[in-house]
Amino acid sequence: MKFHAVLDIQLHAGIADPQGSTIERALPTLGYEGISQVRSGKSIHLDIDADDAAAAESKLSEVCDTFLTNPVIEGASIRIVEAG
Amino acid sequence: MAPRIGVVRFPGTNCEFDTVEAIDGLGGNGEILWHGDSSIGGVDAVVIAGGFAHGDYLRPGAIARFSPIMAAVTEAAKNGMPVVGICNGFQVLTEAGLLPGALQKNAGLKFLNDWQTLRVETTNSVLTSASAVGDELNIPINHFEGNYTCSPETLSELQANDQIVLTYVGNPNGSVADIAGVCNEDRNVVGLMPHPERASHALLGSTDGNVLLQSVLDSVSVPA
Repeated sequence: MKFHAVLDIQLHAGIADPQGSTIERALPTLGYEGISQVRSGKSIHLDIDADDAAAAESKLSEVCDTFLTNPVIEGASIRIVEAG
Repeated sequence: MAPRIGVVRFPGTNCEFDTVEAIDGLGGNGEILWHGDSSIGGVDAVVIAGGFAHGDYLRPGAIARFSPIMAAVTEAAKNGMPVVGICNGFQVLTEAGLLPGALQKNAGLKFLNDWQTLRVETTNSVLTSASAVGDELNIPINHFEGNYTCSPETLSELQANDQIVLTYVGNPNGSVADIAGVCNEDRNVVGLMPHPERASHALLGSTDGNVLLQSVLDSVSVPA
């Protein structure tokens, strides 16, 4: 079966996020108040062939650990969004 | 015989010829190693040069670490061969797990291209053996993702093991503990963000990079 997945990659808590900090500092200058704790990351969308959703998630978890994230600073949450 | 220093070239590397030129200028024998080869061809030491290996896609070094030559570089490093990563090469070595920590976007999100004063923190590494602790070196930086980061535990280990090799005088990019370069526990693998090959001739404005490259040559030279 083919599954669609969205990988949400974020820096670990405690790792400085220069991009998020810059966005947060920019918001008040544009008149947007009250927005805090901005963290930026990246999302990767893909399709994967697997027997079931659990197998797809397990395979993607391995791919994230070896390649799609740098585990020293980042982690990924995996969302299987639809089964085709 | 002049020590043979292999300089790794990935698609997107752009400092390999400058690095070879600087090594040759010091009496070494620099030679280009292609990333797609699975052997390092019997060289005495390896330098991973600066640039944008594989376009820096995904993360700097993330794809380069899987190039065929990296298996040979990793094995050589484990066997004690000097391996130095300059700028993008430093990023490749952290992604490959040969050096601790990681390199993040610069604080301030600016690409930095400037002269930078560095301080030698230890001479116990293949990159700094010919220098002295406290030496201040004027060497250019040229990076967007040079902001060294690591966990507090890793930082404590780096400090306890004397693995912080070079620091910035006036931190340009937000690196933790002003770190500009680190080595592994065995001290034969070193990474640094600044470019010693760009400070290797008076015409370039500084020769302060030569003491670092000379250290690498010294580490593999057989005494006459």
